[in-house]
Amino acid sequence: MTASSWFLVLAVFGASAVEMVEALTIVLAAGTARGWRSALEGAAAAAAVLAALVLAVGVPLIRYVPIDALRVVVGALLLSLGLNWLRKAWLRASGHKAIHDEDLIYAATVAELAGDGPVRPRRDAVGFAVAFKGVFLEGTEVVLIVISLGASQGKLGLASAAALAAAVLVFGVGALVARQLSTVPENTIKLTVGVMLSSFGVFWIGEGAGVHWPGSDLFLLALVALFAGLSAIAIPWLRRSSPAPATAVG
Amino acid sequence: MTAVLARGLRAFGRLWWECLGGDTPELCVATLVVVGVAFALAPLHVLPIIVVPAVAVLALVVSAARGRRGAP
Repeated sequence: MTASSWFLVLAVFGASAVEMVEALTIVLAAGTARGWRSALEGAAAAAAVLAALVLAVGVPLIRYVPIDALRVVVGALLLSLGLNWLRKAWLRASGHKAIHDEDLIYAATVAELAGDGPVRPRRDAVGFAVAFKGVFLEGTEVVLIVISLGASQGKLGLASAAALAAAVLVFGVGALVARQLSTVPENTIKLTVGVMLSSFGVFWIGEGAGVHWPGSDLFLLALVALFAGLSAIAIPWLRRSSPAPATAVG
Repeated sequence: MTAVLARGLRAFGRLWWECLGGDTPELCVATLVVVGVAFALAPLHVLPIIVVPAVAVLALVVSAARGRRGAP
């Protein structure tokens, strides 16, 4: 595998892991409060819709869109997502934004669902809908990243496999350590993926526009070093500037 | 049927906007500026290698500083 393939796998795996932790929290809450059958069916249905979305959008992109145009569009999408993730991770790490607390979200969702009418013994529409929505909404960003990175490098299969591996890992571990999701270093993963997405974004925009990066693919390493180094400086700088009291939220 | 489709498309559009822009539209605008700068400077050889990443970095720092002051 080339350096950019490794970056692709790491970025997709990390992004998928972060989003799947959030989705798993909702599925666990729906399963506990409304029954497992409906929650698991809702999660599976959402996963199927997301997979169909990857095929419906990703394959035509690879086949019919000129590679340079594709790279610019994909680069712009990745840069926009990456900068958003980095900004959020910086503000959370420096105390300006509340840390995402999965335990709190789990408790709040269970309480909310418990008051949502009686649970139907076989198929519960509320449990199905909540699990479906949770997995679909959290998975949309992953689909965007899979399509962008996969299509721009002609490696949609590899990107999909990396996302699937992360989902299987998170849901597998989640089944074993249910309700201990707050131990996952979510912000650190978000920061790392933000660095990678931003680096890919700048790189592909440049490639598509005709910029000749020195060292070709290896220039990605320089961009990763730039965004990682910047994060190492920015977080302490932001922390020093009187953080607002930020309590954990969902 | 058409109304349902239109509602669905609007919801889908809103979902993507939340993903990409959300509460930080300045980063979306900055991304478009990065694209513009890349195309404008591409014929020059060394300048875009420095300026294109620098624009992205600058946008991120400004947006984070804005977030520090209590913006979303």
